[in-house]
Amino acid sequence: MTLHSLIPQGSGTLYGVILNDHPSLERLGAALSDAPYAAPPKAPVLYIKPRNTHAGPGAIVHPPHGADRLELAATLGLVMGRDATAVTEADALDAVAGLRPVLDVSLPNPVVYRPPVRERCFDGSCPMGPVVPFDRGGDLAALTLRTRVNGTVVAERRLSDLVRPAARLLADVTAFMTLRAGDALTLGIALNGPQAGPGDRVSLEIDGFAPLEIRIGDATP
Amino acid sequence: MKHARIRYEGTLHAATAATPEGEALRLADGRVIAADAVEAWLPPVEPGTIFALGLNYADHAKELAFKPPETPLVFLKGPNALTGHRATTTRPAGVAFMHYECELAVVIGQTARDVPRARAYEVVAGYSVANDYAIRDYLENYYRPNLRVKNRDGATPLGPWLVDAADVPNPMDLRLRTLVNGTETQSGSTRDMIFDVPHLIAYLSSLMTLSPGDVILTGTPDGLADVRPGDQVVTEIEGIGRLDNTIVGDR
Repeated sequence: MTLHSLIPQGSGTLYGVILNDHPSLERLGAALSDAPYAAPPKAPVLYIKPRNTHAGPGAIVHPPHGADRLELAATLGLVMGRDATAVTEADALDAVAGLRPVLDVSLPNPVVYRPPVRERCFDGSCPMGPVVPFDRGGDLAALTLRTRVNGTVVAERRLSDLVRPAARLLADVTAFMTLRAGDALTLGIALNGPQAGPGDRVSLEIDGFAPLEIRIGDATP
Repeated sequence: MKHARIRYEGTLHAATAATPEGEALRLADGRVIAADAVEAWLPPVEPGTIFALGLNYADHAKELAFKPPETPLVFLKGPNALTGHRATTTRPAGVAFMHYECELAVVIGQTARDVPRARAYEVVAGYSVANDYAIRDYLENYYRPNLRVKNRDGATPLGPWLVDAADVPNPMDLRLRTLVNGTETQSGSTRDMIFDVPHLIAYLSSLMTLSPGDVILTGTPDGLADVRPGDQVVTEIEGIGRLDNTIVGDR
């Protein structure tokens, strides 16, 4: 039995990342240097999906009061097998025990100036697939993330688009904060993704993983 | 009652203050020990979701040259950020400005969803003192205040006590202050919060379900100063506790 198999997987804090993909940075372009941002980001831009957001396959995600459309962002979570503090890029992947598909559901907001608590922390807004053991031999950059709404592909992304690939991201994040065993760090989401509304069926397909299927429920009264 | 989580004789214990000021503690097994005999103070709660408020005192908003916000400016922290009473917090090498923030911490005691302001105190388990350090050098305008500023390991001391809500008749009229090496550098009153505790609970529980163990750090008044390795920083709230911390340099 390895140490990794003793660790409860994916029961910790989930850290999300934005602006870790070249297309999102390119789309913002000159705006990154204008108000309110003033300069392009230097450190990884992180946010937290707290425990009330965590959900599993088959989840029904209800839009919060007054909302109708929800934004969908597909990503892959790195699930930590041990605590990682100030890891080097060369050693970073040793701390990863597993991978899991993550659908970050949010209220659309093109502005990323303030922490997205209203937008990204409503109940059930972080459906995740089961944790699959991490295979060091696999090439994450070769994975394609395909999002479907009612069967139609609405977004497709290859993980070759990352600004900081997994090991670099882990090194830059753990330089200032420990990721604990059971925590997960996503490889980042694309901004301004496709939207869905009540009744829509959403799925995230990644080769090698079971499709993560959810449904958008009725708006919260 | 004042509750603590401590290490004594190498073992973790739940304890309560055995005297009003907490010079002695009663362990869950009945033993009474002197506060000086405590080997380590843990944060007094195992935290669930940790919320923190920016710019929640009008004077502090002005100090940072911001208009007071129209809705609460909320950000989240991970459990890595917390440390206990009498701990050390690291000032990274080469930074120009690291400041303390004395804050009233509210610990949620019940599952709470869409709680009206008038009933908000019913879901509070108790209160504690937090020191929400920030490294100003690392501020960037993406999801600001960003985690590199506010979610550093051990840079949010919490404690020493969780004081039962029943023992805090009016949390909105408590004096807060910070002392650096014995000199008072920050002082204010929870009376001056822009969004008071009932408003914050109503607001957060309108966005999401709160659960027992969730913690809300309610923001800080003005009076910020740079702190350096070796500085003894005490954040104190009337009736809640006195939280000691020492700044250390980067390895």
